[in-house]
Amino acid sequence: MSRSLVLRSPNDRWSVKLNVRVLLVTLALAVLLAISSVLALASGSHPTSFMDVLGTLANPAQSELALIILEIRLPRVIMAILVGGALGSAGLILQGLVRNPLASPDVIGITSGASAAAVLFLWLGGVTGTSLLLAPVAMGGAFTVALCITALAWQQGISPARLVLVGVGLAAALTAVTTLLLVLSPDSTAMNAYIWLTGSLYASQWHDVTALAPWLVVCWPLALIKLRHLDAQSMGEDMALGLGSALQGHRLLFLVLAVALAGSAVAYAGAVGFIGLIAPHMARRLVTSGHTGLLPIASLIGALILLYADWIGRVAFIPRDLPAGIFVAGIGAPFFVYLLYRLRRDLG
Amino acid sequence: MLTSLLARTSGTLVCLGLLLVATVSSLVFGHIPVSLDMLAASLMDYDPGSLEHLVVRTERFSRTVTALIVGAGLATAGALMQTLTRNPLASPGILGINAGAMFFVVVGATLFSLTSPSELVWAAFTGAATAAFLVYFLGQQAGRGVSPVRTVLAGVAVTALFVSFAQGLLILNQDRFESILFWLAGSVSGRELEAILPLLPLFCLALLIALLLSRQLNLLGLDDDVIRGLGLRVGQVRLLIGLVVIVLAGTSVAIAGLIGFVGLIVPHIARGIFGTDHRWLLPLSAILGATLLLAADTVARLVIPPQEIPVGVMTALLGAPLFLHLARHVRAVS
Repeated sequence: MSRSLVLRSPNDRWSVKLNVRVLLVTLALAVLLAISSVLALASGSHPTSFMDVLGTLANPAQSELALIILEIRLPRVIMAILVGGALGSAGLILQGLVRNPLASPDVIGITSGASAAAVLFLWLGGVTGTSLLLAPVAMGGAFTVALCITALAWQQGISPARLVLVGVGLAAALTAVTTLLLVLSPDSTAMNAYIWLTGSLYASQWHDVTALAPWLVVCWPLALIKLRHLDAQSMGEDMALGLGSALQGHRLLFLVLAVALAGSAVAYAGAVGFIGLIAPHMARRLVTSGHTGLLPIASLIGALILLYADWIGRVAFIPRDLPAGIFVAGIGAPFFVYLLYRLRRDLG
Repeated sequence: MLTSLLARTSGTLVCLGLLLVATVSSLVFGHIPVSLDMLAASLMDYDPGSLEHLVVRTERFSRTVTALIVGAGLATAGALMQTLTRNPLASPGILGINAGAMFFVVVGATLFSLTSPSELVWAAFTGAATAAFLVYFLGQQAGRGVSPVRTVLAGVAVTALFVSFAQGLLILNQDRFESILFWLAGSVSGRELEAILPLLPLFCLALLIALLLSRQLNLLGLDDDVIRGLGLRVGQVRLLIGLVVIVLAGTSVAIAGLIGFVGLIVPHIARGIFGTDHRWLLPLSAILGATLLLAADTVARLVIPPQEIPVGVMTALLGAPLFLHLARHVRAVS
């Protein structure tokens, strides 16, 4: 067993057991994220030094770089962190819920729901991807699909296997609808929709940050508190019931949390795939822990992946600003092969 | 279900009749309608001056042949995969084989400037084989063999991987937007007959091998130990069928891009009517698959003229409800 710290309240009513390794890894990742964020803020088409960035952050009023750093780059960096973190945690919750290492928001149809709604909206209005209404519409799509999946998979409670299969089927139908709308749209709208579908943080604004943040502020701590029930479920349904876990109630709660986290993230950043799939696996490679300990690590890894992917897309091909989703897929593919290797080794 | 030889033979004749009707409709209906007399004349006595003759000869004929080949190929591949994996949800679309082939075709078309299907088909085979390999290994679970849900998830994850790569290429290569969207959406139109013909020998060979393996396929539904006891070389038969699936699905994708769900629904329909004997199931899947794709393509032309709905969208909208129905009733093995 790894070492752990136990914190208790004076009357022993509340206690928290903290794994030392989890704490250290979380801390290390947080520091890495902070350094990476400052580096990402420093680079761009207008060159700025590391010290300029720190100076601007410390004293915005006296800096002529305030516009570039605080209004253009900072919201984008924060969005990358929030969206990546939300997707990483949603993936962790779903993989625990379905008890399958290959589940993720994009695989079971949540992302497709948001995509179909967003493309329908773009097609009807012919508006640009920066319209204020696009995000709420996409989130509505994600929740509608989650509702349909639950309704179709419900037979005296949710069975994870049926949930996945129904999600896969709905995702296929929705992808067909999305393709249909793309083909029917004029080329400019279709291209715009395609960039949204790949996932891009281009032109993120402060109002995007303030709209997305509340979802995380509510859902993330709730997930952190409740995730211990997922550990009970991972030992099997009978064991979870025996331990006094409200099995179906918690499944529903975790599904809602995963949809809220993934749906809000996708609504503001477009259909970024793979983070939900790979971030939880990377977290599991770093620490051995229950879901509660994995949550902060998976979120931080998700944030780091998207931050770097967006950074590469923004800086590597100046003057072109490429969608971060391309580079996330680029990181996702090698990891997929690694996952394959691991599964094979486990078989031997 | 039809059981006697007579009933099955007459059932087959009915299906062939449907195929004929679908073929003629595909030649006749469209933005410019062609009468039956005109159709006969254009085939027997071609007059390049007539608009109808020109439409039938240059566009509709190749389009119909494409739909025939692709429909038959995908449906047979689906029937083979459902037997091979003992999974009712298996099909080249669901298990990622089509997406793998599509991605390699897109790479061949954009990065290496390959254009003719006879060049692209080898890219498609490579992609289909890669995807099949990935899904096969990802779908296995330590010590417990292959689980249906796990295999489907592996297939969907592999599909997501290849589709997102193709979308990435699409955004990097905006000047090839139309051409890549063609592969992603799936379409049987705009293929020259001359370009398809070189693919046919290998395709027909694969179909023939599948038919010759019918008896072995019938045994594959049994327990592995029983099959070995009956003297079947399980590994070799599986490998051969895997190759046949890759050729059939790869050829279909190289010609028409991503067309989903034909491989899923047609074998279920054929099995519902003719039972699980592969000597009937495989040819009937091919016939019904061709009929379904021809019908879907014909309807896709007529819904919102003058525009066309991509045929892959039509088949997905038809197939997704059936998939949901199957998914709700599949035994939860995981």
